[in-house]
Amino acid sequence: MTNNSTATQIPFVGYLELNDGEPHLVAHECRSCGARFFDRRNLCANCSGAEFKSVAVATHGTLRSFSIVAFAGPGVEVPFVAALVDCDGTTVRGNLINCDPTPDAVHLGMAVRLATYSLGADSNGVEAINYGFEPDLGKETR
Amino acid sequence: MSASEEVWVLGINMTKFGKYPDLDAVDLAANAVIAALADGGVTMKDIGVVAAGNLLGNGAASGQNVLKQVGQTGVPIYNVSNACATGATAIRTVVMAIRAGEVDMGLAVGVEKLSGVGLLGPGGQGNKDAGWEPKGRYGAVGGIDGRLGTQAMPGVFAQVGMEYLHTYGQTDVSVFARISEKNHSHSTLNPLAAYNKAMTYDQIINDVMISYPNTRPMCSANCDGAAAAVLVSGSKLKTMSLEQRRRAVKISASVLTSDPYQEACQVLPDVNTLTRNAAKIAYEQSGVGPADLDLVELHDCFATAELVHYDNLGLCAPGEAVSFFESGAPWRDGKTPVNVSGGLQSKGHPISATGIANVWEICHHLRGEAGPRQIEGAKVGLAHVIGLGSACGVHVLEKSSV
Repeated sequence: MTNNSTATQIPFVGYLELNDGEPHLVAHECRSCGARFFDRRNLCANCSGAEFKSVAVATHGTLRSFSIVAFAGPGVEVPFVAALVDCDGTTVRGNLINCDPTPDAVHLGMAVRLATYSLGADSNGVEAINYGFEPDLGKETR
Repeated sequence: MSASEEVWVLGINMTKFGKYPDLDAVDLAANAVIAALADGGVTMKDIGVVAAGNLLGNGAASGQNVLKQVGQTGVPIYNVSNACATGATAIRTVVMAIRAGEVDMGLAVGVEKLSGVGLLGPGGQGNKDAGWEPKGRYGAVGGIDGRLGTQAMPGVFAQVGMEYLHTYGQTDVSVFARISEKNHSHSTLNPLAAYNKAMTYDQIINDVMISYPNTRPMCSANCDGAAAAVLVSGSKLKTMSLEQRRRAVKISASVLTSDPYQEACQVLPDVNTLTRNAAKIAYEQSGVGPADLDLVELHDCFATAELVHYDNLGLCAPGEAVSFFESGAPWRDGKTPVNVSGGLQSKGHPISATGIANVWEICHHLRGEAGPRQIEGAKVGLAHVIGLGSACGVHVLEKSSV
């Protein structure tokens, strides 16, 4: 990573915020009912409300479900742990990273936290940064 | 049903599911249609409307192309598409036309050529050498499958089952393989199933891992197949022969739902709420309760899916799906036999045919024609399918009292 790397980083998805404090996810929250969406919605899927605001999603959560994917489409590296994480009431999809992809290492309800990693630089030197969730060793699993 | 006109299955057929290298989708669909018409004792001239499903043929097996093989009568054709609920949607479409009073007889057909297509789902992770460039509704700079969890079906449905265990504080995943053991065992009695081989629990868990906890035999089998049904109004049926009235099966409920908003549905398709809603409506429409069901064919696209639908269809108390299975209830000699055909895991899952083939299975038993796998004395059954995105079809079927 070069010294000016922060200027040449790009988040892997638009809802990953890298430049406003610690990396975190940002959702569109319906001003009427509070439903949250990572993509843009014309109206709220829950209440048809028309107004949304941007909100930061909690970076710590618990593993709500997972699968250890051993067989995938062309170009997808396996095995990996596909995870659903309950981030303080907002469910987030991502890979479980920095954790062995084995049933012994992954447990329903385990505490996890957002982490980022590089997907490498393109020919222009722009580095894509993705998020995943890693075991939160500071917390007891429940 | 709430509307005055009853709708009955007059004739129905499924092809054997499996590999048909020498038949295309139109041939398979035509075979099922010809056999369904013959089963009902009618011809294409009697049919007033057609609903047809075929997802992977890019229009090759449209209803129009099927009718070119069996009789181009000029009737309206609705080509329907609703993911894995396509077959049930075709039936539902014909039911609506009959109940609306526009026709007194209609045909639903579904067909798929799936053998050898492999994993259904996305692939590819983009090409960073071309430059990271945000695309699509998430502004992703590359393919998200494998980088933001999984979009492939075996993993999606694995998470559906694992979420159920988590919700109810359970950790033992062995129930999923034991569900698969049941369905593979059931299929040994079904000559139309793609696979007829019993598998032990150990064979299942030691088979190729696809997406933990789903191994290969716990995934629905890609295969070729077609199914077709001739539906008739109650008033028309009254004018028909004793034999036709005796073999006709009453559609006591025909329900299609989509997925209502739930908090997590943007990251994992919610296959539960729409099934619960469909089941509730179906039980209200039919006046039949879960305890009345002599057999159920439900959408076990993966072993992890079957578990949650025990609960969603009300076959057990909320949260009790594991103990329901452990009680032996869904085995063919149990209280509520589930997937006595072998289910999608062993009978196979030629997508658009599935939602008609499971109705065929129920009808076969209600007519007392299921041979060695007959559920003795079966009078009422339920057929359920789910298509991701999502759509849920539920049909409650009852034996004729004639």
